[in-house]
Amino acid sequence: MITATPPVETKKNYLNQTEGLKSWLLTHDHKRICILYLLGVTFFFALGGIFAVLIRLELATPAGDLVESNTYNKLFTMHGVIMVFLFLIPSIPAVLGNFLIPLMIGAKDVAFPRVNLLSWYIYMIGGCFVLTVLFMGGVDTGWTFYTPFSSSYSNGYVIATGLGIFIAGFSSILTGLNFIVTIHRMRAPGLTWFRLPLFVWAHYATSMIQVLGTPVIAVTLFLLVLERGLHIGFFDPAYGGDPVLFQHMFWFYSHPAVYIMILPSMGVVTEIITTFSSKKPFGYTFIAFSSVAIAVFGFIVWGHHLFVSGQSAYAGMVFSILSYVVAIPSAIKVFNWTATMYKGSVRMTTPMLYALGFIGLFTVGGLTGLFLASLGMDVHLTDTYFVIAHFHYVMVGGAIMGFLGGIHYWWPKIFGRMYNEGWSKISAIIIFIGFNLTFFPQFILGYMGMPRRYHVYPPEFQVLNVLSSAGASILGIGYLIPFCYLLWSLKYGPIAPPNPWGATTLEWQTSSPPPTENFEVTPVVTQEAYTYTSEEVVHVG
Amino acid sequence: MGEKSFQLFPEAASSIAGQVDGLYAYLVLVSAFFSLLIAFLVVFFAIKYRRKNDEVPKPVDEHSVGGMVLEIVWSVIPLGLSMIMFAWGASIFFTESRPPADSMEIFVTGKQWMWKIQHNEGAREINELHVPVNRNIRLTLTSEDVIHDFYVPAFRTKTDVLPGRYTTEWFRPTKVGAYHIFCAEYCGTKHSGMIGTVYVMNEADYNTWLGAGSGEGSMAEQGESLFNQLGCGTCHPSALNKQNGRCPNLNGLFGTTVELKDGTKVRADESYIRESVLYPQAKIVAGYDDIMPTFKGLVTEDGLLKLVEYVKSLGPKDGTESSATPAPTQTSTSPQAPARPANAARPGQPIPGNR
Repeated sequence: MITATPPVETKKNYLNQTEGLKSWLLTHDHKRICILYLLGVTFFFALGGIFAVLIRLELATPAGDLVESNTYNKLFTMHGVIMVFLFLIPSIPAVLGNFLIPLMIGAKDVAFPRVNLLSWYIYMIGGCFVLTVLFMGGVDTGWTFYTPFSSSYSNGYVIATGLGIFIAGFSSILTGLNFIVTIHRMRAPGLTWFRLPLFVWAHYATSMIQVLGTPVIAVTLFLLVLERGLHIGFFDPAYGGDPVLFQHMFWFYSHPAVYIMILPSMGVVTEIITTFSSKKPFGYTFIAFSSVAIAVFGFIVWGHHLFVSGQSAYAGMVFSILSYVVAIPSAIKVFNWTATMYKGSVRMTTPMLYALGFIGLFTVGGLTGLFLASLGMDVHLTDTYFVIAHFHYVMVGGAIMGFLGGIHYWWPKIFGRMYNEGWSKISAIIIFIGFNLTFFPQFILGYMGMPRRYHVYPPEFQVLNVLSSAGASILGIGYLIPFCYLLWSLKYGPIAPPNPWGATTLEWQTSSPPPTENFEVTPVVTQEAYTYTSEEVVHVG
Repeated sequence: MGEKSFQLFPEAASSIAGQVDGLYAYLVLVSAFFSLLIAFLVVFFAIKYRRKNDEVPKPVDEHSVGGMVLEIVWSVIPLGLSMIMFAWGASIFFTESRPPADSMEIFVTGKQWMWKIQHNEGAREINELHVPVNRNIRLTLTSEDVIHDFYVPAFRTKTDVLPGRYTTEWFRPTKVGAYHIFCAEYCGTKHSGMIGTVYVMNEADYNTWLGAGSGEGSMAEQGESLFNQLGCGTCHPSALNKQNGRCPNLNGLFGTTVELKDGTKVRADESYIRESVLYPQAKIVAGYDDIMPTFKGLVTEDGLLKLVEYVKSLGPKDGTESSATPAPTQTSTSPQAPARPANAARPGQPIPGNR
């Protein structure tokens, strides 16, 4: 990015304002920090993807013939740890949220620019811990670190991995805190809460979870480290601990963390659909409050991960019914997105393909969540490939489709260049097909009873596993293509105009890429975020 | 089981399997309907309302009565449909959580990476479980190390197997055959090798199999010799030792409510007895002193199960104990069980009505 030729006109923007590595590594500019994060999450996504490729290769045959059991266990653990904690959680908030929240609210930067940079360094330090573990020989606990396996039996580097996630968690807390304060304190004159773009609402809800939930995983992992390192008994019955306590504490964070991953993606999709339907989102207030409802209810459903772990049947019932309640706001969002297209003026651009792909995959992911919330059904399905398929439909089909959609949508704004529409549409379609081929067979595998985290499996499961592995190779190619044409566009892409999509939110009212201070003059907002009928959106005052 | 190279639906071989499959069918139908509805609408709108000129469409006023009605409709209908899912799933779960009183009892100990199974009548097996068809089977499970999970897909049931406590799982096999046992909770290196087979046999074959089993006597009998070997009878009054001891009377104890020194009450179930052997100081019975030494490290999980069975098998109490009333069934892990006469457990003979 640093080497990209600046746009022909010599106008200064945040990319070419200052030069040299130091100006990037010590920057306080939220837009440059977005790019630092983009490099970080892209690296970890690629790394986690390599592990996924190895997992799918191994599972192409029932026997354990590519790697041995210990290696396989480390592969899926590293895949999960890297994808969840180092890619999915920071992906949209720290990259797109960082770039867009100040722009969307007409601010010059986030509330605490130095803290913003600090959170990137903390994230990278956490990431380095995980990389060190990788080079030392890995960890084999699964990303869920269930005790007492992780605290007393695993031979992997549990302490270093735990500390890595512990550290990365602070990055997440600081980002969330920064966003909450920024959204409260730095909105442009006239920008009331109900004039905010829904992307901002989604990030506000996400930030609440980050600030309230992440300390719990930090405490949990710290207790795990204490038990493993110093044999202080919290979870291992051999030391007088309770093995299920860990699961309660882990999921108290990790279920809301699912919403840290999906809510920002929902925000992205809302922006894309409204822009490419040229229509105000249907049910603005419903979409806004459903984000908040998801964040709040998300905190009281963790027990649905423990239906078979000896938790009382009555507790199971409470968690089951609450899990259905948290599903309703998601359903509301899906219906509102669909209704937004009704009588719109729909353009099938690349971001729109990703957004519509998101709706399809998230709908399947969400509906299959209803299977798992049902007690009697979950007893059969939990810990099988059905769960794997379900959360990949939500995490990959949802969060990553949203991330890629968002990257394509705001690419012209971030880098001031357009990419190749033909290639980008083809790759969006390849990803959609590859994704479904990879994960749909896993629903069937799960109902047939194939447990997750199995290195070798009975031969009757092979055909579906081969289909899944074939799909994964298509999916892998689908992810490589954008990597190529997006890099290409940095140097050779056509110069992007300030508002290439005809969108109405504030970030499109400034130049592409924006100047360091975002706006020449602080905008004054006089109407709602999505006003397509009026020519003038912002009166500059 | 293994003979078919490809299948799309698991065998249904337990009384609960049909119910789970019925719920599954409902869930698939609802999901398919909404997925296809959304997919159809998205594609239809994308084509019908594709941009034909640069004209910006008129906004649809969602504050209108129609918009509000729509929002309510698409909130309330999914809520209603999902409440059916909840109630249906909960009712199956409650059946699954409550082993019928006439269940045959089998004990399962998980350890990295094998399943050790003991039958009440004394037979023992590893990674294999032989059960008679059309009988309610109740498993009591525990782990020697990490968390495992005993999963039989053909029965649609699984339960976590925890170190340091007992969990239960029950099923009623309805079809003779051989079915997978999987460990479903990740437990380390050979997790995927911690598998086994349930053999569902007809009653006659099962009795033949059981008769050929171990000659070590029933679980309770083995528990009794362990009880004597460990010297428990020197303090605890029991079937053999009737005089008042320094420790609580174990006769007829199982299934009753015990009053503790601190005034709280606790039900004498499997977990309570296990805990009292390993951590005697944790719950002191009212009127007694904290004098019992721990047997932690001296008794294996298998041995503990035998001791528990022995205590269960002890006949009615002598009447010297503090007030003890049977407690109602409450949770899956502690089903109500009337104390069984000491002579009920005989090798080679499944005992109806023992649980």
